Parts: sequence; structure tokens; C-alpha cells
Amino acid sequence: MTQAIVTLSGVGKVFANGTRALDKLDLAVREGEFLTLLGPSGCGKSTALRLIASLSEPTAGTVAWPGGRSTEPGQVGFVFQEPTLMPWASVAGNVALPLRLKGLAPAAVAGRVAAALDQVGLAGFAGAYPRELSGGMRMRVSIARALVTDPALLLMDEPFAALDEITRFRLNNDLMALAHRLGTTVVFVTHSVFESVFLSRRILVMTPRPGRVFADIAIDAPYPRPEGFRTSVAYAEHCRRVSEALTAAMEAA
Amino acid sequence: MTPREHVARVALPLVALALGVALWQHAVVAYAVPPYVLPSPALVARTLVADWPILRDSLLVTLATTFEGLALAFVGGVGLAVLFNLSRLVEYAFYPYAVILQVTPVVAVAPLLLIYLPQPLAVLACAWIVAFFPVLANTTLGLNSVDHNLRDLFRLYGATRAQMLLRLKLPAALPYILEGLKIAGGLSLIGAVVAEISAGSAGAGSGLAYRIAESGYRLNIPRMFAALLLLSLAGIAIFFALSLVAHLALRRWHESAVTRDG
Repeated sequence: MTQAIVTLSGVGKVFANGTRALDKLDLAVREGEFLTLLGPSGCGKSTALRLIASLSEPTAGTVAWPGGRSTEPGQVGFVFQEPTLMPWASVAGNVALPLRLKGLAPAAVAGRVAAALDQVGLAGFAGAYPRELSGGMRMRVSIARALVTDPALLLMDEPFAALDEITRFRLNNDLMALAHRLGTTVVFVTHSVFESVFLSRRILVMTPRPGRVFADIAIDAPYPRPEGFRTSVAYAEHCRRVSEALTAAMEAA
Repeated sequence: MTPREHVARVALPLVALALGVALWQHAVVAYAVPPYVLPSPALVARTLVADWPILRDSLLVTLATTFEGLALAFVGGVGLAVLFNLSRLVEYAFYPYAVILQVTPVVAVAPLLLIYLPQPLAVLACAWIVAFFPVLANTTLGLNSVDHNLRDLFRLYGATRAQMLLRLKLPAALPYILEGLKIAGGLSLIGAVVAEISAGSAGAGSGLAYRIAESGYRLNIPRMFAALLLLSLAGIAIFFALSLVAHLALRRWHESAVTRDG
């Protein structure tokens, strides 16, 4: 078994208003895997992601980095549910942000920005402004920004939930190919069974609030998966299995 | 808007203006109204040309005060808002006084300022007092309107407080700041005029408002109208100039400045 990049042990999170979002959450993200946290809305998936990103502190338990990875900004990339772009900056300006915040000069980052845009298929749009782009293209910019620092871990919080299905499928395909090619470890949050099965090597099914891991399901289909996987019998079988686990998780609460 | 509507938007006010002026001119001539009661538009125009050297100098004085007041309001308003944003304690300590400064009528404050300050400075202070609050209030709103996810993103990448301010908060606040400036431009002119009128009754000064007061004492009604016309035009010009600045600054990215096809 490959080494864990980040582990959550007995993690709990109680918000100031008394809401218990997470309770005794244990999970380990393994180096190089595509891991999905699957659960109903409000089960604390996003909270878990924010804890991993250090955007929030756990009220119980620990978040540990066995390899000592996350200490430096840029080791963790984050893609929000919204594209979360700066409207006043061009596409290139948005993608350059993580590097510019490190104090690098515009000339020093130009090459890496261009490469990141190329990776997500937006090579010709460096000078465009976010409002001139479609929803799917904005999300691509957001992914390019998360990848520009060459992070060890990419966290994605329901990034495609607001997109139409066609755009969503295309982004699923491209994301999988990209993560596979770069060898980036991804933790993906979604409430879609179909999306999670298509993308993931491993799915953690979570219980409703307070969230904890209910089932750990490996999707052992060869990776990266072709478009045809969506219509295969194996895919349907995996979806059925994950759906059943999700239903059981809802009842277990 | 269709092209026809565009033409109507521009042409109709002009037609209304022409009609009003024509009616005014006709009434003054038909009823032989003496100029010290109501001067005809033609006489106002002639006065404007004949008195142009005096009026121009006064206009420049008032405009200089207005722009100085506006510039100070911009610096003071944005500066104070940033300070408030950086420190809650400073905000709690001073924000109420900024409000008090705003709600106390400047007409009532001007005579006092004229006692304590040299006259040009007192006039400038009045312009600043009325102009700075909209900049402060709007900038404060803008700095607090930053998208939460963007703020998280900056934190994730280890942004310093200075980077947060310069790269995130101030750009996000820019549309609000510019809107505040549009309001402040008109208010600065009002502040300058109010102070000049107060100062005028004390017998000193040379701004346009002072010309109006002085012409009033001399029953030079045509010149009063001419000066008033100039003040009004100055106000319109300031508004359009600041609107243009806002449009140019925001046209690439902000919804308020974007024109859509279809």
C-alpha cells in the first residue's frame, strides 16, 4: 500500500452555532489516488476538505501530513464549487495569482501560467476576462490556477455541480486524464454517485451530519477510463453498489 | 434600446429645454418684464459673454476648491476606510464621529470654520466635509464585500495582509469607491458653494457663489443667472467626468459597465 499523504484521525468539527458537522472522522488519502468523498448535502464533506486545506481547524482529533507536505503554500490546490475568479483580472492574471502571492515577478511566472492554461485547453484565452467566458471555461481557469503551483494534493469541492451535463462529462474526462498524467493526488467531493464512480479509484461514502466514513469502496476498473466506461455493464454495477452503500449510510444515521 | 429610443433619449430633453427657453424669452418680451425682476435668456447669454472674464476667474476658483475637496475626500475617505478595515478598534473609536460630521448641516458649520480658518482653507474644509463621507461609506462597504471563497483562496496561498489589501480588497472595492466618488463630486461642489456664500456675506472671496451673492446685493440679476448657469454646468461636467472615469476603469470586468449584445 502506498504511503498516505494526509490522514485525519478522530476528527470532529463543531461550529460556533453548535452544529456538529463531523464526528470521529478517520480517513487517509494515499499518494497518487483519486479519492471521492460521497454523501448527501450537509454531511460535512466540504468541511472535511476545508480542514485538510487548513482553512478551518478541527475541534477534535488531528490532521497529519506523514510526508510533511503541506507546510508550504502551493502544496495544496483548491477548486471551489464556484469558479471563484477575480473578475478584475484576466484569465492569465487569475492563474498567475498563487505564484504572484509568493512574490514572483510576472515575467518569471509567464511560462508556467501558459503551460497551466494549455493543460486545461484554454491556451488562446490568456487575455480574456472571466465574465467573457462560459461556466465550464471559468471552471477550467479555476483548475488551471489550482494546478499552476504543481501541488501534491488537489482538493475539489463539488466543482462541476453547477454545470450542465454535457459540460460536466467533458470536464470529468479532461480532469481524469490530467490528474492521471500529472500524477496529482485528488480529493473530490460530490453528491453524485455517477460522477464519483466514473472518476474515482476509491470512494468514501459518508453518513449524514455529523459526518463520518460509512463505507470505503474501491473502483477497480482500469485507469484512466475511456468515455465508453460510462455505458459499460461494469460501470452500472459499481454505481448500484455505491448507491446501495449510500442508502445504507442514510439509514444508519 | 433601439436606435430610435437612443435618439429620443438625447433629443427629447433638448427639445424640452428649447421650448422652455423660448417660452421664457417670449414671456419676458411680451409682458415687458424688467431685467431686475426676470432677465430674458438672451440677456443672460449676453451677460455671460460680457462678464466672462470675471465669471471665468470665479468659476476657476470654485472648480479648484471643488477638485481639491474631492481629492482630499478621496484620499481621506479611502484612507480612513482602509484603516477601519485593518483595525476594528479604530473603526469603533472613530466611525461615529465620521457620521456626526456628515449629519451636521454644513451650512451651520461653515460660519464657525470661517472664524477659525483662513477663508480659502475654510471653504476647502467645507467641501471636504460633505464630500468625504460617501467615499468612506462606499469604500467600507466595498472592502467588506469581498467574496468569501476568494478570501479563503488568498489565505490558502499564504497571502500577507498587504497582499490581501492591495490584490483583493481594494480591487473588489473599486466599483464602490468610484460610485462614492460620483456622489462626492457633486457634494464637493455644494460644500464649496455653501462655504463661499457664508464667506461672501463676510465680504471676502471670489468664487462663483460669492459672485451670486454679490450680484444679488447689487440687483445684478442677469449676472446671478449667468453665474448660476455656470455652476449648474460645472456640476454636470463633474458628474460626467467621474462617470467616464468609472466606466473606463470598470468596462472590462464589472457588470455595471458592461454593455450586452442582444
